[in-house]
Amino acid sequence: MSEVIVVTSGKGGVGKTTTSANVGTGLAAMGKRVVLIDTDIGLRNLDVVMGLENRIVYNLVDVVEGKCRIKQALIRDKRHPTLYLLPSAQTKDKTAVRPDQMIKMVSQLREQFDYVILDCPAGIEQGFKNAIAGADRALVVTTPEVSAIRDADRIIGLLEAEEFKKIDLMINRMRLDMVKRGDMMSASDVVEILALPLIGVVPDDENVVIATNQGEPLVGNSTLAGRAYQNICYRVAGKEVPFMEFDKSISFWTKVTGIFHKSQGGTK
Amino acid sequence: MKVKNLFRRKKSNEIAKDRLKILLISDRVNCSQEMIEMIKMDIVKVLSKYMKIDSKSMEIQINQTGNNKGRNMKNPSLYANIPIIDLNKNL
Repeated sequence: MSEVIVVTSGKGGVGKTTTSANVGTGLAAMGKRVVLIDTDIGLRNLDVVMGLENRIVYNLVDVVEGKCRIKQALIRDKRHPTLYLLPSAQTKDKTAVRPDQMIKMVSQLREQFDYVILDCPAGIEQGFKNAIAGADRALVVTTPEVSAIRDADRIIGLLEAEEFKKIDLMINRMRLDMVKRGDMMSASDVVEILALPLIGVVPDDENVVIATNQGEPLVGNSTLAGRAYQNICYRVAGKEVPFMEFDKSISFWTKVTGIFHKSQGGTK
Repeated sequence: MKVKNLFRRKKSNEIAKDRLKILLISDRVNCSQEMIEMIKMDIVKVLSKYMKIDSKSMEIQINQTGNNKGRNMKNPSLYANIPIIDLNKNL
């Protein structure tokens, strides 16, 4: 049974594209057939985060306008044979696509893939409406900041109005040192405010920037963010994985990070 | 650090949480300040038929203290505090 997941946030710059890339890659690494769709028309980015920007021939708008078949526009990932990207158009704008066209396209892709992951643009306008139109479930990305949480709450309200069956919360850029000294809301604070099931917490890890520089999603590697994203992928696929000790015990956490720093390049 | 503790300043994460809780109530209710103002004026108009009220210091707001309807969403309720200057209008 295939699932269509929209990755959304309301606010820009909280990590929707990075999350889409990592969740898609992680699921493909688990052997699932995955297609990532960049729905941010005019501001495409998923291709660069995935490192596939040089292989784009056709895009989402071409597919919708019937200029090519879906298969022609899909780019196969370099690393994972079951992972594909449908890039967005860079020259058009969000009004180039309508929600009914998205629903039609997504239902076609649903037949060939286990997961269709839609990377939603920021905002609540047309682009958002297009992205959520064909989705079954949503992954709301937020950071532990007032502005991002406020926007996430608005988005959740809109998703609930669209009667989404499943909405999960992912908290990005968590800084344990700041949580410890009381200068950042903890994961449980954010969950309490937004009242959604938590699918994972990703620490603020400089390796995310490095991975984006290289165009290689870091899911599954030994970095903290890589491990956090791996756990999220398991949970998306329905596996129960214990949460990494995020804000319960910092001392335990520093021990863990210490171990990882020592064994960098190791197997785990 | 100890000096800081003496003053027991509120930590910034608590401030953020408190601010968000209040902010999200009004966001979720989706009721504009303009509409509140109009409701307020109408209440003043109606009540003034029967008693003398202090319209300057009255306050009305929408709270979410009603029954729970899932995901922190409670049915909103209108809260009004209207000081009465004189119950008998004729005096």
